[in-house]
Amino acid sequence: MAVLALSLPRRAPSVIPGFGPTLGFTLAYLSLIVLLPLAALVIKAAGTTLEQWTAILSDPRVLSALGLSFGGALAAALINAVFGLLVAWVLVRYPFPGRRLVDAAIDLPFALPTAVAGIALTALYAPNGWLGRLLEPLGVKVAFTPLGVVVAMVFIGLPFVVRTVEPVLHDVDLELEEAAASLGADRLQTFLRVILPAVLPSLLTGFSLALARAVGEYGSVIFIAGNLPGVSEIAPLLIVTKLEQYDYVGATAIATVMLAISFTLLLAVNLLQKWRRAQMGG
Amino acid sequence: MSASSTRETPPVRWGLTLLALAFLALFLVAPLVAVLAEAFAKGWDAYVRALSGDDTWSSIRLTLIVAAISVPLNVAFGLAASWAVAKFDFSGKSLLVSLIELPFSVSPVISGLIYVLLFGLQGLLGPWLAENDLKVIFAVPGIVLATVFVTFPFVARELIPLMEEQGREEEEAALTLGASGLAAFWLVTLPNVRWGLLYGVLLCNARAMGEFGAVSVVSGHIRGLTNTMPLHVEILYNEYDFVGAFAVASLLAVLALVTLAVKSALEWWHRDELAAAGH
Amino acid sequence: MIEVENVSKRFGNFAALDQVSLRVAQGKLVALLGPSGSGKTTLLRILAGLEQPDDGRIRLGGIDATGLGTRDRKVGFVFQHYALFRHMTVAENIAFGLKVRKGANRPSKAAITEKVHTLLELVQLEGLAGRYPSQLSGGQRQRVALARALAVEPRLLLLDEPFGALDAQVRKDLRRWLRHLHDEMGLTGVFVTHDQEEALEVADEVVVMNKGRIEQIGTPAEIYDSPATPFVYRFLGNVNAVACRVAGGQAQVGGLHIGEGRADGPGTAFIRPHDVEVLELSPDLPQARVRQVVVLGPVVRAELELAGGVTVEAELSRDIKDKLGLRRGLEVSVFLRKARVFVGENV
Repeated sequence: MAVLALSLPRRAPSVIPGFGPTLGFTLAYLSLIVLLPLAALVIKAAGTTLEQWTAILSDPRVLSALGLSFGGALAAALINAVFGLLVAWVLVRYPFPGRRLVDAAIDLPFALPTAVAGIALTALYAPNGWLGRLLEPLGVKVAFTPLGVVVAMVFIGLPFVVRTVEPVLHDVDLELEEAAASLGADRLQTFLRVILPAVLPSLLTGFSLALARAVGEYGSVIFIAGNLPGVSEIAPLLIVTKLEQYDYVGATAIATVMLAISFTLLLAVNLLQKWRRAQMGG
Repeated sequence: MSASSTRETPPVRWGLTLLALAFLALFLVAPLVAVLAEAFAKGWDAYVRALSGDDTWSSIRLTLIVAAISVPLNVAFGLAASWAVAKFDFSGKSLLVSLIELPFSVSPVISGLIYVLLFGLQGLLGPWLAENDLKVIFAVPGIVLATVFVTFPFVARELIPLMEEQGREEEEAALTLGASGLAAFWLVTLPNVRWGLLYGVLLCNARAMGEFGAVSVVSGHIRGLTNTMPLHVEILYNEYDFVGAFAVASLLAVLALVTLAVKSALEWWHRDELAAAGH
Repeated sequence: MIEVENVSKRFGNFAALDQVSLRVAQGKLVALLGPSGSGKTTLLRILAGLEQPDDGRIRLGGIDATGLGTRDRKVGFVFQHYALFRHMTVAENIAFGLKVRKGANRPSKAAITEKVHTLLELVQLEGLAGRYPSQLSGGQRQRVALARALAVEPRLLLLDEPFGALDAQVRKDLRRWLRHLHDEMGLTGVFVTHDQEEALEVADEVVVMNKGRIEQIGTPAEIYDSPATPFVYRFLGNVNAVACRVAGGQAQVGGLHIGEGRADGPGTAFIRPHDVEVLELSPDLPQARVRQVVVLGPVVRAELELAGGVTVEAELSRDIKDKLGLRRGLEVSVFLRKARVFVGENV
């Protein structure tokens, strides 16, 4: 906030009016809704003693929940990177009947309330559900296991990868592929050496967005997870549980760790992208 | 050069297409079908009965109220922020844009938690609120605040790139023709971004009505008072009233489908205008 | 009448305008001519009130307008890319300036319709009132932008690169049309251009700008025939710039006398190609060898090597070329009808 306030007077003059009121409102609203409440978290976390921190963060239940949230999210983001790229490829390259309908459906996880997705996935993958019934004889249990957590996280993260890769794939210059082919590359080589490097930055962006979303995901996960402490309990649920027990310190500590790891991850991806762009000279 | 040198063979094409469609059927279509199937598992009458409870109606009412407050707030914010960011040059602009997107990278549960830490009984402002007999947490204001937080970037994120792309010349032209700043905004800027605005409102509204995690933390789950539709779905589900839970869920699913349909229509008819925001 | 007094404008470290002064008489059409970055557009925007000068004064019609906002200046501004309101029809665009007027100043609906009709007639777009800007060609958009600016009856019309975005033929037609329109309406006008031909053909007076300063102000003939600075020489038309030495007031290149200099020292002689006369070899005149001959329709360009290895370009007619039998390697004599010498290094 201080940084913004200091920078206020330094702006290029313009004849268009309304800079003061609109920026003032923007900063006030941003501060009230976003920055001030987030500051409350920081203040609370800063007031937590070292003993409290070590006690909370050495609790196996907390560690397991954080591990599941980040590990599950990583697995789901990897699955989404592969299948999201496949879906984007098919949507961009292969015209088939109903393509536009399928394209529109990609955003369903954005639009469908997470609680609805959660109970729907549970109904599907429960031992007596349509899909659960098929998987049960194979010895695969999805609902009420960590696998169920990953399934829900795949659902929630899918559009991020497809939507970031799609436009880039669309813009890959056909001439590059023709050049590769004219130089003797087969189709797979062209894909791996020409197309994939071109879409890799966007794939990485989509991956990190899907990861960030899955780490914090709550609604679609808690129904299918079964929420067995130490096994299928995710970190956001543990925050809720701690809050219900009025353990504000515990809830704050877990939230702070989650935010810190998430922001670090996003920052690292951003820096990686910047570095890559610098390498490519533009 | 033969055309096949830059294309896959038909078996590869069809194989990949089928694999992609199978994946989408499994992860997108199946859950949607499951919602409707479960809602109507015991027939139409059971479905209607499930929707006619008082608690269901009050949850629908609260969901509409919350959206009716939070969406206009974020529209006002989105318009102000995009005007300031797109029509002027000032230092710290990219920081401001990053901060506006910040709520997207915060877990919904943490979005609720921060308001509890601020306004809850043990919170920073809790004692003062209690003294003045004001209730934010476990009450409607808390639900509205948490919803505003999670839907905060939607409108601004659509409008900023759009207004930046459209530049300042049309506003300058309006000013040279004698229009006031407000007239330039109202007659020139706003009509130019109307479809992008509608797009942002649509997404903002869908999230506002469907938000679960953040609202769950601040609501207190008081039936008939602080239950929104998604929270009501959870309660019914946890009480093993599956038809009831999926019946309410089916209403939310329809909202999602309508949102997707309108969104696709906007993208189709107003592609040029929305292109700036990357759709 | 426009008076600009010592106007300066900086953008960060870049001096867009440096102590610029200018007067434009009532009813004149003036071109601000210069390369990009010369400050011409900044000056135009300052006249319109779209930018505020850091220093100096602007007077419009004798009244100090320096602090006056765009709204209150009563100027018509035609933007380079027209800035037509994309969601309004042609008629709505033109009517905009009248519709946003307040109270008693606002004409009646019928009066606005009438005015729009008259303007559409003036810019020859009667049939297109209901079209949207995206449905018009570049030239049509340009004329709508002009009609929109004229609708508010400005006391001053400002045009930023008015023909810049149009293709060559449309450009030529619109240029003539704008000149006629100006003569009919008697409005004071200022337009910005980087195209010398445009400035020379359309304007009453040309202001040549470079690096935020005015190099020369004059009629097109004055500017072309008597450039005041080396920059103006180079910027307007083709010119041979030949390094020379001035001694005793006489400029010499490799023993060849090419003109007069005001002071002694190194200098540069500027000679227009059409001022280089090519003649049959004659002992009384300096000699040259033809290095290349290029026929460009009715005119011929010849590259001539003078004594001392200096190369100049000459422009002559087809007739003379045929008469002389001009070809590569031919020895000829040259006569420099006119040359101007600027003394100093690196001019």
